[in-house]
Amino acid sequence: MSMQAAAPVPAHAATSSAAARATGLGKVYGQGETRVVALDSVSVEFGRGRFTAIMGPSGSGKSTLMHCMAGLDSVSTGSAQIGDTELSGLNDRQLTRLRRDSVGFVFQAFNLLPTLTALENITLPMAIAGRRPDQQWLDTVVATVGLSGRLSHRPAQLSGGQQQRVAVARALASRPEIIFADEPTGNLDSRAGSEILGFLRESVREWGRTVVMVTHDPVAAAYADRVVFLADGRLTDELLAPTAEGVLDRMRQFDALARTS
Amino acid sequence: MLRTALRNVFAHRARLVMTALAITLGVAFVCGTLVFGDTVAQALRGASARSFKDVAVSVQAEPQSNPDSGADGTRSTALTSDLVDKVRTVPGVTSVHPMVDGAATLAAKDGRPLNADNNWQNLATNYAPDTPGTDQDSRFPLSAGRAPTAGDEMALDRRTAEKAGYHIGDPVRFAIQGPTLTKKLVGIVTTDDPRVTVGGTLALFDTSTAQQLFLQAGRFDELDVSSAPGTDNQELTSRIRALLPAEGITVTSGAQLANEQAELIAESTKALTRMLLAFAGIALFVGVFVIANTFTMLIAQRSRETALLRAIGASRRQVVRAVLTEAGLLGLGASAVGLALGIGIATAMRPVLNAGGAGLPDGPLVISTDALVRSLLVGIGVTVLAAWLPARKAAKVAPVEALTAVDLMPPRRSMVLRNSLGGLLTGVGVLIVLYVSTRKDGADTNLKAAALGSVLVPTGMIVIAPLLSQPLIRLAGAVTTRLFGVSGKLAMENALRNPRRTAATASALMIGLTLITGLSVAGSSMNAALKAAAVAGLTADYKVSISGSATIDPALGAKVAEVPGVAESVPVASAVLVARGRGATLTGADPRRLATVSDLKFSSGSLADLGPGKIVLSDRLAKDTGLSKGDTFQGTVGDSRNKRELTVVGVYRQTRAFGGAIGTMDDVLPHAFFGGKLDSILIKAASNRNASGLDQDIRQVLGNSPLIRVQNQEQLTKEQSGASDVMLNMMYGLLGMTVVIAVFGVINTLAMSVFERTREIGLLRAIGLDNRGVKQMVCLESVVISLFGTALGIGTGIFLAWACGSLSKASLPQYETVLPWARLGLFLLLGLAIGVLAAVWPARRAASLNMLRAINAQ
Repeated sequence: MSMQAAAPVPAHAATSSAAARATGLGKVYGQGETRVVALDSVSVEFGRGRFTAIMGPSGSGKSTLMHCMAGLDSVSTGSAQIGDTELSGLNDRQLTRLRRDSVGFVFQAFNLLPTLTALENITLPMAIAGRRPDQQWLDTVVATVGLSGRLSHRPAQLSGGQQQRVAVARALASRPEIIFADEPTGNLDSRAGSEILGFLRESVREWGRTVVMVTHDPVAAAYADRVVFLADGRLTDELLAPTAEGVLDRMRQFDALARTS
Repeated sequence: MLRTALRNVFAHRARLVMTALAITLGVAFVCGTLVFGDTVAQALRGASARSFKDVAVSVQAEPQSNPDSGADGTRSTALTSDLVDKVRTVPGVTSVHPMVDGAATLAAKDGRPLNADNNWQNLATNYAPDTPGTDQDSRFPLSAGRAPTAGDEMALDRRTAEKAGYHIGDPVRFAIQGPTLTKKLVGIVTTDDPRVTVGGTLALFDTSTAQQLFLQAGRFDELDVSSAPGTDNQELTSRIRALLPAEGITVTSGAQLANEQAELIAESTKALTRMLLAFAGIALFVGVFVIANTFTMLIAQRSRETALLRAIGASRRQVVRAVLTEAGLLGLGASAVGLALGIGIATAMRPVLNAGGAGLPDGPLVISTDALVRSLLVGIGVTVLAAWLPARKAAKVAPVEALTAVDLMPPRRSMVLRNSLGGLLTGVGVLIVLYVSTRKDGADTNLKAAALGSVLVPTGMIVIAPLLSQPLIRLAGAVTTRLFGVSGKLAMENALRNPRRTAATASALMIGLTLITGLSVAGSSMNAALKAAAVAGLTADYKVSISGSATIDPALGAKVAEVPGVAESVPVASAVLVARGRGATLTGADPRRLATVSDLKFSSGSLADLGPGKIVLSDRLAKDTGLSKGDTFQGTVGDSRNKRELTVVGVYRQTRAFGGAIGTMDDVLPHAFFGGKLDSILIKAASNRNASGLDQDIRQVLGNSPLIRVQNQEQLTKEQSGASDVMLNMMYGLLGMTVVIAVFGVINTLAMSVFERTREIGLLRAIGLDNRGVKQMVCLESVVISLFGTALGIGTGIFLAWACGSLSKASLPQYETVLPWARLGLFLLLGLAIGVLAAVWPARRAASLNMLRAINAQ
């Protein structure tokens, strides 16, 4: 449908400066009979200051890719890099420090500690690191996500949308190298969901943050600058400046392909 | 539903381990106590039956004063050799053991006295061969050597000889009342007389020597009569009774005597068992908190499941019954293990106690069905009871909850009712205890009030603990946050999250620490008071006294004064004084010399005012009699016939060493206890000879009798504190079990918390908290909860001990609350250590959680 969809472009050629990069990344679970290949030699770059969506049907390996890139899971073969840091050589302690200092997370659900207030949740990564938050930046982030009046509330006193906004604020507050969002709107109604996606896009456009989002929702993917498609643990396609229809169309093609092959 | 319950027990077996351990320990305590009690009772009964086995009839004579010996105090009885011979000729009698009973204190081979402070355990009797002319006394089987047959020979039992280091052929030194005697050891026997097995000694002489030493020639204290098989012992008893004078002689059948003794034994072991069961009860009570906590948590985790059961048609009652069945099964399993452990404890207890010198006789382990069934029922009962409230909560789960998609945080139930009740209980308890603290004597009503208050305060504290946990844990959390940053803060928040659970966990610890602290404070206060009392008003460097009923000859006072290095030797005698109907001890001494070894606080008059017929009174006696300085009254000194006029010339503050009143030696000595003998000699050492060795010199001058005690101030105070220290250590041991169960509770709570917070821990790990941080967080939560319980316990214990301690004031004026700071500090450290130790396993689990699975856990 769209112009860019004409031919798959090699991923690493797409951008000049990458915030994160996978090269021949493989991930295998189990051994022998129960061996499952979740990622099969995936090479992809996530451009700095870009909003990238990872799409694919369930079981395609999109979450595994995110987990490996974010240092949540170990890499079986190949390499995963954040900035100039190679993840596959790091031990647990180094990975933890990397996640703390260079990565922000927004999960689908259960993003917040119920015992801490919204503000405490937002500043938690910095508290763990023993760093003082940059107050001015913090105020900006809080104001942008519209939480100013609710900072002393506990998660139980916030709606689902507000909780996710706290999570987004947390991911932004420490100014990490890259933010990973795993189905951030999966549990929200469409209005709250579009708010969250709006914030993510704004953070990329206004502040030059880097966001990588895993989703299976074409509408959500349309907020991104670029969509990469995964199937059976392999990178199959990508789409620049996507629209919801474009993404949906591309996915239908995959479905058809899968059925005929 | 049984199958559901059974499945649940197995499904949660890992999480039930700590609970099961708590039940197991409690039941083991109960079962161990019961089995041990039965075993000891049986062994003692067996020992007593054995000692009466050959006794068909027992003849006992009352001691009377010896008409031939005048006033020197030796005894006599109505049981003469002629009467013994008469008994021998009664048909059916096969043998007669005539016995002489006495006490002798032995010196060990190196000169030190053996067991001199428990003189009544140091038996001395005659070795009486079963048939005259032979060498065998069946009561004391010879294990080496031969029977003593001459006046300069004696025998000892094996234990005594070993303790003293004597061998056959050695000269043995001992004392009965007066001078030290020496006889040659010719034989070693065995005995299982309980007085000897618990630490006493046994000395045996031939009959005429024993009579000469303890009684009067030709007289006996007791006869053991054996009969031919088939004799009617009841009838034999009557026949012998008819033969002997009724005055001063009692004739009893051996069977009856054995029965009486068995009853006595049963009473005493029952008392021991009851005390141990009380401690087992406390341990089980603490176990209730652990069990209730576990079931509350399990049911909260299972609410969706329960709702499903309710939705498909299970009634509330069925839900309750399922939970209680689960509790019953857990109780049964844990108790069964507890039984085995308890039997093990009972088996180990005798050797352990005997190693400590308890001297319990050997015997087979007695495991009665009764004991097992009772322990089992207690274990199951406690478990089911503790699960009752959580079970009712489970039944309140609405069926619709099965259908809701999201996990709702359980709504915080209002605690207004609980807090009001707790506040009321604590308040009333505190008021009662404060009232008790204003009382000064141990009157019955005061004791009851103290007991009531001491139960109410901790009970109220348990109820109100969730409320107290808020400020106290915040306080501790401020410290942990300061020290450990975010993991300290999270630990505090987690501990605050479920106040009921935190409170129940801490309460279990609080109970043990309240008791331990209370006992420690009371013990240290009592110890200090006793020590102060022991030497209050006494400045003598040494006190010479004598064990048992022996006496000191007045002439010895002068002899001691001649020892080089003795600056002042002050003989002291005492007699009974009756003033205005009140009895008191009248101490007699030379006033001038007494002033050099005492430091009495006079409110009027002084020692110098003493003279013939002039006495000074202690303030207590002055108050009781209404007498004061200048009063003259008609009193009696010693014998009630000895009435005389006495004038009060002063009043001093009472001390233990100088109880009632003080007079001159001339007024007191003739009427003293044991007729004209001294009570003690107080000694002031010369300033250049205060060093050691003086006590040995004094001993030598006094004939080095093992009965003589030469004690310095330190030894005098130590004598007072020894017993309570042993008691305190035993209590620590028994309450230790309670603390161990509480520790299981802390581990349990922590493990459950980690399980419940799997996703939170995953999230924390994802956003950058490292493994150490996670461990630290769990560990600090544990420490905060443990310290909360410990602090509550220590505080409550100190308060109760302070308030109720005042009741000792009347009997012990020196009593003041003395806080054993070092020990209390140790308890606080113990709380800290418990926190750290209890967290080891849950923290490791938390740190080893798979992060991705934790994030995605539902």
